[in-house]
Amino acid sequence: MLLNIEQFLPILPEVLLLILGLLILALQMSLPKPQHRNLGWVTAVGMGLVILFSLPARPGTEPMYVWGGMISYDWLSFTFKMLFIFAAGITALLAMDIEGLGTRGEFYVLMIASTIGMCFMASAADLVMLYLSIETVSIPLYILAGFFIFDNKSTEAGFKYLLFGALSSAIMLFGFTLLYGMAGTTRLPHIVISLLQNATSGLIPAYIGSLTLILVGFGFKISAVPFHFWAPDVYEGAPTPVAGFLSTASKAAGFAVLVRVLLWVFPAEIWAPLLAAISVATMTLGNLVALTQHNIKRMLAYSSIAHAGYALIGVVSFSALGLISVVYYLLAYLITNLAAFGIVSAVGRVTRSDDLTAYYGLSRRSPYLALALLVALLSLAGMPPLAGFVAKVFIFMAAIEAGLIWLAVMGVLNSIVGLYYYLTVLKYVYLYRSDGDTEPLPVSRSFTVAIAVLIAGILLVGTLFSPWFNWASTAAAALFN
Amino acid sequence: MIPLSYYLIFAAGLFSIGLFGVLARKNAIAILIGIELMLNAVNVNLVAFWRYRTPGMIAGQVFTVIVLAVAAAEVAVGLALFISIYRRRDTIAADQIDLMKW
Repeated sequence: MLLNIEQFLPILPEVLLLILGLLILALQMSLPKPQHRNLGWVTAVGMGLVILFSLPARPGTEPMYVWGGMISYDWLSFTFKMLFIFAAGITALLAMDIEGLGTRGEFYVLMIASTIGMCFMASAADLVMLYLSIETVSIPLYILAGFFIFDNKSTEAGFKYLLFGALSSAIMLFGFTLLYGMAGTTRLPHIVISLLQNATSGLIPAYIGSLTLILVGFGFKISAVPFHFWAPDVYEGAPTPVAGFLSTASKAAGFAVLVRVLLWVFPAEIWAPLLAAISVATMTLGNLVALTQHNIKRMLAYSSIAHAGYALIGVVSFSALGLISVVYYLLAYLITNLAAFGIVSAVGRVTRSDDLTAYYGLSRRSPYLALALLVALLSLAGMPPLAGFVAKVFIFMAAIEAGLIWLAVMGVLNSIVGLYYYLTVLKYVYLYRSDGDTEPLPVSRSFTVAIAVLIAGILLVGTLFSPWFNWASTAAAALFN
Repeated sequence: MIPLSYYLIFAAGLFSIGLFGVLARKNAIAILIGIELMLNAVNVNLVAFWRYRTPGMIAGQVFTVIVLAVAAAEVAVGLALFISIYRRRDTIAADQIDLMKW
């Protein structure tokens, strides 16, 4: 088979990422050790260039199936790819000055490998591709979570993440095989057609069974209750920038496959009630347990579980607006949560602690960092005029439009609970005193750049929402039109 | 010819044994072996479905090969993580790796 250059357009971001990864490997081997920290700048700038060069390879409005039907070339996947690459670039900046992480070339290479997997995950249109891409994301992330091999907590995080991840992916895979057996094809868009053609009532239990098994795997990826047990432990133990990457990009990738598989393969009558129950359980448990946390990374982990619950409301709505609101929510959440984890790693690098007591009097040690934390946490809580507010409004709007008023009410009640623990942290930062709060807290340049970009993003997504909304609706139109 | 359902029942049994192993065993290596059993059940399913449902298409076989390769990669990373945790704690019993909870 002859390969022509146009075939590579749909996977241009992945190809460019691969080149970037090889470049980092080569640089790591050729540069002297003291220079290795600069690989973070190379990665971050490289990610920016990948986004820039991928823009001409935008898909058309009609989805196209390329590479033997393995990949769907549409706006939904393109949007998610840009989000993942952005998150990876920011994570590289946040990791640069972390001791034992930023000076290791393999960290950047593994992160890029995982990002390539995420890009394929967002565009997978075949069960084989889907499984392969999910594992391409997970396996490097297991290593990244356990990256500090001399740290008890980090190795434990890697250990737990691997065991939970391998188990849930095996269960999900069993669901995939049932789906393949019933439909006789692995191509996602064909599965539903083939199932409708030979629909016999005897297949319905197997159909629901495979849906349940598949939801275990996806529920693990988005850390939805009851598959959330790994999240707090892994976020607490993993290096903080890695935890930020896990809670944003990896979760967004989970949502990308969740909406695609559910909308393409399964009828909404089967999954909507199930997912509504999961959504309520996820929000409620995440927010209530977050109230009792004393470690900021654990608190953010439970808050990120709760946010998965909010985003699920948009999926349950099962409408064009619902899907738009999911994409918008993930965009806002990705920027905001990366900012929160970025600030936590900037503080943790100096204070060597993730305990909430380390945040007492932060506003005196570093007023700008405290202000950034204020913006990030208020956006997570859903305060106007920040990104989180607009995103929540769209989610609740979609729920009400779909007649799910009780679900919207649950979401609003949960947001109020969430507000409490975010404000508690801000109370520590602004009103409490600690012994050492006269000495300034140094913030290196890479942190300043990353956090400034993210805070600007939070304000932009929150105030100028029409370009982002239009972007999200173009993406949603790929599945819903 | 043996009916397809025999293979499916065998695979479901293998899957359940693997799942039981994962949930009941404490040693991390034994847990990993349980996961491998589950993946083998998946492979039995895939090959049986391929043979009985779509013998003309290679998708099922390709899927099996990919599952095998990914399982090997997963085990490689898993054992490396177990070694790093064993060096720190002198144990890989899952119930003793409990520095972080709630």
